[in-house]
This record gives sequence, structure tokens and C-alpha cells, in this order.
Amino acid sequence: MDMSQYLEIFIDESKEHLQTINEQLLELEKSPDDLSIVNEIFRSAHTLKGMSATMGFEDLANLTHQMENVLDGIRNHKIVVTPELMDVVFRAVDDLEAMVNSIASGGDGKRDVREVVQQLKQIEQGDVPTTKTEQPSTTSTLTQTYGEFEYNVLQHSKEQGFHTYEILVKLRADCLLKAARVFMVFDALNQVGEVIKANPPVELLEEEKFDQEFVVTVVSKQSAEQLHAQISKVSEVEEVIVTAIDVDKLRPSELASSQPVLSKTEAAVTAEKEEQKEENVEAQKEEKEHHKAVANKTIRVNIERLDILMNLFEELVIDRGRLEQISRELNHPELHETVERMSRISSDLQNIILNMRMVPVETVFNRFPRMVRQLARDLGKKINLEIIGAETELDRTVIDEIGDPLVHLLRNAIDHGIEMPEVRRAKGKPEEGTVKLKAYHSGNHVFIEIEDDGAGINREKVLQKAINKGIISKQNAANLTDKQVYELIFASGFSTADKISDISGRGVGLDVVKSTIESLGGSVTIDSQEGVGSIFSIQLPLTLSIISVMLVEIQQEKYAIPLSSIIETAIIKKEDILHAHHQKVIDFRGKVVPLLFLKEVFDVPVVKEEDDFFSVVIVRKGEKMAGLVVDSFIGQQEVVLKSLGNYLTSVFAISGATILGDGQVALIIDCNALIK
Amino acid sequence: MVNQESELKVIVFQLKNEEYAIPVQQVRSIEKVQHITRVPRTPKFVKGVINLRGVVTPIIDLRERFGIEAIPFNEQTRIIIVALDDMEVGLVVDAANDVLDLPVKSIEPPPEVIEAVEADYIKGVAKVGKRLLILLHLEKVLEKDTSTV
Repeated sequence: MDMSQYLEIFIDESKEHLQTINEQLLELEKSPDDLSIVNEIFRSAHTLKGMSATMGFEDLANLTHQMENVLDGIRNHKIVVTPELMDVVFRAVDDLEAMVNSIASGGDGKRDVREVVQQLKQIEQGDVPTTKTEQPSTTSTLTQTYGEFEYNVLQHSKEQGFHTYEILVKLRADCLLKAARVFMVFDALNQVGEVIKANPPVELLEEEKFDQEFVVTVVSKQSAEQLHAQISKVSEVEEVIVTAIDVDKLRPSELASSQPVLSKTEAAVTAEKEEQKEENVEAQKEEKEHHKAVANKTIRVNIERLDILMNLFEELVIDRGRLEQISRELNHPELHETVERMSRISSDLQNIILNMRMVPVETVFNRFPRMVRQLARDLGKKINLEIIGAETELDRTVIDEIGDPLVHLLRNAIDHGIEMPEVRRAKGKPEEGTVKLKAYHSGNHVFIEIEDDGAGINREKVLQKAINKGIISKQNAANLTDKQVYELIFASGFSTADKISDISGRGVGLDVVKSTIESLGGSVTIDSQEGVGSIFSIQLPLTLSIISVMLVEIQQEKYAIPLSSIIETAIIKKEDILHAHHQKVIDFRGKVVPLLFLKEVFDVPVVKEEDDFFSVVIVRKGEKMAGLVVDSFIGQQEVVLKSLGNYLTSVFAISGATILGDGQVALIIDCNALIK
Repeated sequence: MVNQESELKVIVFQLKNEEYAIPVQQVRSIEKVQHITRVPRTPKFVKGVINLRGVVTPIIDLRERFGIEAIPFNEQTRIIIVALDDMEVGLVVDAANDVLDLPVKSIEPPPEVIEAVEADYIKGVAKVGKRLLILLHLEKVLEKDTSTV
């Protein structure tokens, strides 16, 4: 069968499941006793295994299977959750991720996973009997153990005249459909009584995870012989041993358990079972599927289709502009009304289309807990990552770009910000450092803040370093404000860590962060207090596809300058232009700003003579400024950013194009390329 | 593309006195001349970009690409939008006159010397009746290394 059509769905869903596993594993590490988390992981792993086996990715299925065994051990209290165990499981998840990624990029999803599989196997076997003796791994013994809840149920049944039996059912060695036989046995028992408990648990029985035999505890009004006869009717059953139990005798021997926590959780599991006992296997599965469908009422749409939709819509906007103009000229009241209505509807439509491209930052954030955990372990620090506002939405294109800068900043906060536990204790801080990752909307921007309660930035240290590296001169250093000093961290070739570590690299990181964010039309600022912590604040535009620009005219051509780079506009007289080293400059609010005549930069054909006044747009790139000389300002406008296509790549100082209301194309100026 | 089929459907256009052909599969549409926005610091034959139904599309003047003297655009001038891989580019031609079914057999390898146009850009020539059609090698025409300054 051709599976390729399902491949995309498979990859998407696998990634989702891996993400769930990752998240839940982190949860599990925090509360190792919570069985519901294990169940959640188990479910995802199980689905993943099923999917990959169906798609024919054997390595993926095998590794998942092995991981599932370990999870199963945890679920059955055979294996205790330890950080070391989690490391191995995380490594397995990493491998799974690598395989899925390889499949996504057209590979065969094969990978050498023997080592991890081996480790998983060791865990599965090694730790088995130590913690849990009350639930034997083999069912050859007839004694079951009962939690308080089950005990109460049994007591209660007894009062109502039910007998309690433990029934050992042994299936024939050549039995093919064990799960089906189990189901039939349960079905038979449910007709005459109620199954209180099974060993191994029902889930495992359903999945055929047992040898030949299993034990069930049943309450029934029937006699032992009748039950025996009932079960023996099921084919492929080799042996049935029905033992009557006296409930009263159970309590002293079995319930003097020294592990109240465990019996409680077991009771919970049993309670779940109780609820579901009427339904057969299929119904339960359906129920789960159904539940999932309700929780997630979305469809997947290829981003390309959204782009096409956006393109079509933009054309509509251009036509709308023309219609508005025509209606104004004709001055026909009804036409006027209709056009106005259409305009309103289309602006609603625009909002919806733009919103469709929005993705919660969660998609980027959700990989950070894993990374932080790993880093903290590597560095021997204790770190608590708090994520706030993960539901904040950003344009898909921004989301795709923002991941790496955030990783850099987080690593920086963890490596340089948070101190070692001993140091923190000595300073009277809690040993565990806190890193807050916070996202929120404000106006037309999204802010992402990375806050740590670590050492903060040492002004003197930064200055010393900057002077040593020749980034600033000694004279300048004294006059800088704290903020300006912090900005120096973003200068290239800067690293304040006394020793270079793998984690925050060689100081190439932060200047890359700054330039990436600026290329997205955003900005980064730092606030810090020594000994208390630092905040890195990133400001990003809501969307990249629509930006605010200033339209300017140069001779007969129109260009757009992104508002985010503009400081202000000015009109200067010819005689105000000064000359310095063959460079025309102006004195702008006490600063010397070089002038760039766009007419010359862009070789614009000259048709008009210049007059004595120049229109200047002051733009900035970081701390540097430049004045772009144009002929006239047209005004501010929201425009849709378009690429120049694949033929014209890397045109100097042009970052893209946009289509104006009259249908013409205007080029968008890349100020970063103009300022050296 | 010259394939095993017996006939090749081509769009025929004119450039100076010659007739050229592009396989119809590579042609997206034929447009009349509209406002072209000049893109600074690009090779001279890149006329700029147009708004093609919401998509910004670069335009190449084939005359200048082939080193034929430029003429002002007129009523006959057309822009043929061609697609190659993931690129869409418009070619300015003097006129687009015809769609023809070329018998594959009639296509011959390019002769050593062809007037004006460098032989590199030519995939072959075809004789249809009295007309001589030059099959363009689009990949070469749109090659990027010559498009950078």
C-alpha cells in the first residue's frame, strides 16, 4: 500500500506525540508518583509505536516499544523514577526525535539505537523486584493484594451476599488471540458477577502483555463450580482454578501495607477500572478517540495555501482601493454605500486572514524546558524555568525565526546569570535559580522577556572587557549610562564569561541575537541590577507580512522605508550640509549624522532639478544613524511585504517590495544595509 | 523540452527580425506591458518588477539580454511570464504571435553561428514551412551568475 500520502500526517502527529512525551516526562520528574502522567506518556508512546509500525519505520517502532516497556514498569511500580532513568528515557526521546526529523527531511528514519535500547532493557530488567513485592511479576502465585478501596468493595459485596473468588485462568500455550480470550473470560464473569481486580492489570491483559495465565478477583453470587464451568466454556482455556476467599481474613495480612501511597494510587487506578468495566475493549478505545476529537477542533492547512489566500486578498484590497476612487468620482450614493460596506467587510476579512497565520509562541517555548533541564544538569546548577504567556500569538514567519535567538538568551541567562548553588546560598538566595520566560502583547508588538534572578551584569567587568577588546575607548567608558554599558554585551567579539564554555559559546552569540531580532523588525533591551538579576526584553512586530512604512519619492520613483528604522524626518537647508572627509554630514540634535543621497545610491534617473531644501529621513541601525535624502515624503502606510522572487536574490539595500493602492510595486529599503 | 513525443507545442514570439519559441509548458501567461518598477543595482537587462496579480515578478528585457539594441515599448510589446523550477520571470519581447505544434523531427541542433544571439541560449532551430524558429534554452537565459552585478 502506498503510505506516502499519510507521511505528512504521520510526521506532524509524531512530532506532537513526542512533544507530549517530552512535556509529560518533565512533569513526571517533578512528581514521580503521579500515575496519570505515566499513563499520558504511555498513551502517546503507544500511539507513536502503532503509527510508526504501520508506516514501516521499524527502528522507530522498536525503540518506542522498548521505552514503553520501561514506562510500563514505572506504571506497575516495578521501576522507580530516578534522574538517571529519566536521562536514559530522554535520550531515547531524543533519538526518536532525530528519527522523525530524518523521515521528515526525506530520510529512511533509520538510526543506530542499540545502546539506548540496551540501557532501556537494563532498566526494565535490573530494577524490577526491589521496590514492589506485593505485585509479583509472574502470576503463578494465587495471592492477590488489595488496596483499601478494593477491600471496601469486597466487604460491601459480602454484606450483600456476594462471594469473593480468586480465579486463575491459564490459556493454552498455542493460544493466538490472547486478548480476545481475556475479553471473553471477562465477559463471562461480568454476566455472573463483577471483576474487582485483575493481575496483571486489565490494560496489560488487553495488550497481551502476559504469559499464559492471569488472576482475577471476582465477586459473584454463584458458586465456585458454576464459575469454573462458565469460564471453561471459553475456548483455548487450558486450566481454571477458582478459589473462594474470606474477605475478613484479608485485612490483617495484606493491608498492613507499609506503602500507603501506593495503595492509594492503586485504588485510584481500580476506581477508573470500575467505571469502565461495563464497556468492552472497543468501546473504550472509541471513547478515547472521541474525547480527543472534541478537545481538538482544528484542521491542518498548509502555510502555502494561506499565503495564496493572502495574495488573493491583497489583490482584492488593491481593487477595493480603485473601487473607492471610482465611487468617489461618480458620487452615486448607492454605489458609495455598497463600496463602503464592502470595504468594512474586507477589513474584517483581512483581520481574520492575518489571524490565521498567527501561531502561539508555545510552539517555540515548548522545547525550552528540556533544554533548560539538560543545561542545569550539565552545569550543576539548580534552575526553575517559569513560562508565562505561552499562548501569546505571533506571525508564523516570526515564530520560525525567533527560536535560535531565544535559545541563545536562555543559555546566556543560565550560564552567566544564575550562580552555582553554593554561591547562591552564600548570598542568601534560594539555591534554585529562577528563569522567567514571559510573552505578552502590547499594542502592535509582542514582547518576550527573559528574566533571571542571577548575578546581574557587572558594569565594571563589562567596561573593562569592552576596553580590552577595543570596542570602546577609556575616555568614552566613563560617560556611558548603565544601559549603554549593557548594550555593549551585544557588540560582536564580546564574552564576559571568564572561561569559554560550550554553552554560551565565544561571545558570537549575543550579537547574532541582536541582528536576527533587528532583521525581524524588532529590538532587544537589557535591564539589570547587580546581584539581583537581569531582564532581556525583546520587542517584535506582530506580523512580518504587514509592516508600517514611510513612503517617499525619489525623482519619479516611490520607495518605502520601514517605520521601525526611522527616528524622525526633517527638512534641511542646503547650507546646513557640512563636509567631513568627503562625506556630507549634518548636525542633527548635537550629533553628526552622515547623509546618504538615495538618488545616487539607487542610480535614480534624474528628471527634476534639486532645490535648496532637502527632505531627510533619519534612520538608525543600533547606535549608528544616517540621514537618507529623498525628494519628498508621501506619508505613512501599512503595506504587505512581498519578496522579489527567486530570480532577483540579494539586491543591494532592498529587502523586498510591496504593492501600492494603484497597483504599482514599490521597493522597500533595507536600512541595515545602507548603514555601515 | 524536447521529448519523445512527436510534436512540441510552443509559444512563438518575435525579437527584432527573428522568431523564437518556448515550450508551452514553461509559459504561465502572456501579458501586455504595464508599469514596471525599476530595481536599482541590477544588470541592465533586468527591467524591474511588476505586480502580476499580487505577485511581485521580475522582468527581463530579452533584447538587452541578447545584446540586441533596445527599442521603446509599443502596442505590440508583450511580457511572456515563464516559470522555471521555482522562479517566475517575465520576458519582454517585441510581439507574441503564435502557438504552434512543432514536429520534433523538424528540430535541429543550433548552427555554429546565429546572428545576434549567442549560441549558448539556443537549444535548437526548427523549420516550419518558410519560417525558421529558434528554440530558447530557458535555463541558460535565466542563469543567475550573469544576473549579478
